[in-house]
Amino acid sequence: MDPLTHSLTAADLQHRGAAVEAFRVTKRFGAFTALDAVSMKVEAGSFHCLLGENGAGKSTLVKCLVGYHPPEEGGFMVDGREHDIRSPRDAQRLRIGMVYQHFTLAPGMTVAENLLLARGDLPLRIDWRHEKAALAAFLDSTPFRLDLNALVADLAAGEKQKLEILKQLYLGQRLLILDEPTSVLTPGEADEVLGLLHGMTRDGRLTVLMISHKFREVSAYGDGVTILRRGKLAGSGRVGELSTAEMAEMMVGSSVAVSSGRRRCAADQTQAIGEIRLDVEGLHADNDRGTPSVRGLDLSVRAGEIVGVAGVAGNGQKELVEVLLGQRQASAGQVRVAGEDYQASRAQMRRHGVFSLPEEPLRNACVPAMSVAENMGLRDFDIAPYAGGWLSLGFLRRRALSRRAKALIEAFGVRPDDPATAIENLSGGNVQRAVLARELSGPVKLLVVANPVFGLDFAATEAIHRRLDQARNEGAAILLVSEDLDELLELSDRIVVMSEGVIAYEALAGQADVAAIGRYMAGHGH
Amino acid sequence: MNAVRSLAAPFLPFSAAVLAAALLFALFLAAQGFPALEALELVVEGAYGSSFAWQNTLSRAAPLMLTALCVALPARAGLVIIGGEGALAVGALAAAVVPAACAGWPALPVHLLMAAAGFIAGGAWIALSAWLRHARGINETISSLLLAYIGIALFNFLVEGVLRDPASLNKPSTTPLAESFLIGAMPGMEVHWGLFWGVLICLVMGFVVRQTVFGFAVGVVGGNPRAAMMAGLPVGGLILAACFLGGGAAGLAGMLEVAAVHGSANAALLAGYGYAGILVSFAARHNPLGIIACAILVGGIGASGSLLQRRIDLPDAATLVLQGGLFVALLAFETLNRKGVRRV
Repeated sequence: MDPLTHSLTAADLQHRGAAVEAFRVTKRFGAFTALDAVSMKVEAGSFHCLLGENGAGKSTLVKCLVGYHPPEEGGFMVDGREHDIRSPRDAQRLRIGMVYQHFTLAPGMTVAENLLLARGDLPLRIDWRHEKAALAAFLDSTPFRLDLNALVADLAAGEKQKLEILKQLYLGQRLLILDEPTSVLTPGEADEVLGLLHGMTRDGRLTVLMISHKFREVSAYGDGVTILRRGKLAGSGRVGELSTAEMAEMMVGSSVAVSSGRRRCAADQTQAIGEIRLDVEGLHADNDRGTPSVRGLDLSVRAGEIVGVAGVAGNGQKELVEVLLGQRQASAGQVRVAGEDYQASRAQMRRHGVFSLPEEPLRNACVPAMSVAENMGLRDFDIAPYAGGWLSLGFLRRRALSRRAKALIEAFGVRPDDPATAIENLSGGNVQRAVLARELSGPVKLLVVANPVFGLDFAATEAIHRRLDQARNEGAAILLVSEDLDELLELSDRIVVMSEGVIAYEALAGQADVAAIGRYMAGHGH
Repeated sequence: MNAVRSLAAPFLPFSAAVLAAALLFALFLAAQGFPALEALELVVEGAYGSSFAWQNTLSRAAPLMLTALCVALPARAGLVIIGGEGALAVGALAAAVVPAACAGWPALPVHLLMAAAGFIAGGAWIALSAWLRHARGINETISSLLLAYIGIALFNFLVEGVLRDPASLNKPSTTPLAESFLIGAMPGMEVHWGLFWGVLICLVMGFVVRQTVFGFAVGVVGGNPRAAMMAGLPVGGLILAACFLGGGAAGLAGMLEVAAVHGSANAALLAGYGYAGILVSFAARHNPLGIIACAILVGGIGASGSLLQRRIDLPDAATLVLQGGLFVALLAFETLNRKGVRRV
């Protein structure tokens, strides 16, 4: 019998959840090791959580397990037998299914149609009466309640998430992998969905492996937990036996990071910190979908200090940076630079020496099709010596732009060293260097930086950190938003944690408690 | 060798598109039993085969240069504007009402006033689309097209209504310009001065785009609005200004049609120059200098229409088929020049 039609009967859901074990799984992307000999044990019928910061390797590990990236070394055992999972089809054969962070539903179709679509082996003519009856029987065998005739577009986020899970159950999965399933849900919806799944694991019908960085969900529903950090296993255990503080510490920091943070503070804390350069008060801003993302944030940065903003991605940091850069309108609140109400106009940037190193520089800080010389001129192409001439038209002096670009390319080691190359043809590190050269060659008084070393190699990272440090020592006020806590601990004078759009925690870097930072990052303060 | 290749590269898709369009056109005619090869020869002959053909071609190229700028300048700021016909209509209308108030004036100030009226009216028309886009997030391509219909309707409404010259019986027109207010031919040829202004404005815009601070800032906005915002550039103002200049050029084309060709505003003036300008600008890759050459090419296709009609009895719309084919082929062959994987 075909395994898929086989899965339709309710009786088949009685089979037990799968036990899965990962053994020393290693995955490399080019020179970058995303997973380094990671082992994990998920017991049959358990609710297992995979914890870690962004970039820790959680997604890579589960993608290995569902066959998207076969690992270079190591392997997986399912129900005690070793299986070579080379493709998603292999995973499907083992009844391992994954629910992605973003919905993969056809919004214009009904719940029933979406379920049938998932099956993928539809006949030319669908016998709807028969299929509907079978679907209703299947729904009855699960704890989830959904109207089969409802249009997906009309469903709430929580119901869509249920449908995603139902799709996998409908395919007869015995191991369900969930990638941050509650990131788009309200806490109430999250509790309902996780509670139902938890119930199914209690019956032993299903094994759940959930990627999360919310400790609340882990403590409430998890049985076992595996914690990754920078592609390595940082720890594992039973949820009841590990405290939240211990999990937080495994997730965000090694003691090495703390000591390197202290090193920097011990050396420099003596230096006087100057006047307030950036003052944010009661700032509110919506994200692209129009939902409030920054919710009444207060923050100030003084001359000669680096303030590090820690936080799990998606807690409003991106929107905060965009407001400060002038790329997003605040919905309420005030931003003052050097005491003046700040609208991010060119005149204000120039008057107050505001510069920035946004994340994804090619997208946020460059004109991809323009040359390196033109991109390096973005800040000052309209003033002497790069512009001039009669009338107020202002003629561009391309030769001056090119000459200056050559000097900056030399000083910052941008490759290739031809200022006429379109900047989109440069590698990521070189784009970052070119932007750095532009932003740090002026009289910097306030610098807004977001994830400046994302995707860069060690040498480039070191170089950028050195430049930031130098700018701070020369008296610049620097706001550094980063998802990498080690980077923040190493560079910052003061660390704040951003959670759900507000500053949830603040400490001088020298006195920062890494475990507390981790807890606040995970939205689990106190 | 590499230098030759990189110089030739931009022209490759263009040449391929012209060849493909000619082939499509020939097949289209052959399928209906028309002599396809002869028709292609006649297109060339009717466009560039004689001094008369050249004059016809250049007279058509003049407004095309200006309406193409109505696409090219907004495109520099990242907007796709296709409503040049509307700007041309309101520009012609505005220019046509000026002379009535200036009876007995010398020609020069009247021409300047007419040009200013046409420019401002056309510019405002396209700037409206830009404003809708910037302030309200409305797609400028669609709004400019819809505004073009409104502009044309307004034009017809007024020309057949309050502005109608009672003497114009079969062909509703505004009051004809006094003989002294007409713009004549350039010395030594029978092409009106509009050609001179078209070429001059394209040259000036080419310079503005490439060599001025304003042109560079518009290019930054068009190349990456996020980077423009990060650099503190006034994105909305720059978009509005680029669209105003583009619409102004189309409005000026309307003024020239009134003052140099028709002598009044009437429906004959809306001959599709605004739409053909889209083709010209895309063919020139929105480069004002390239527009001069492409306008002469597309103007030639239009000019050959009467010869095709006389010699092999093709309907007038045949040249539109060739134009349309050229546009589709151009868009298709543009991909030839794009390298690597498309970025998201």
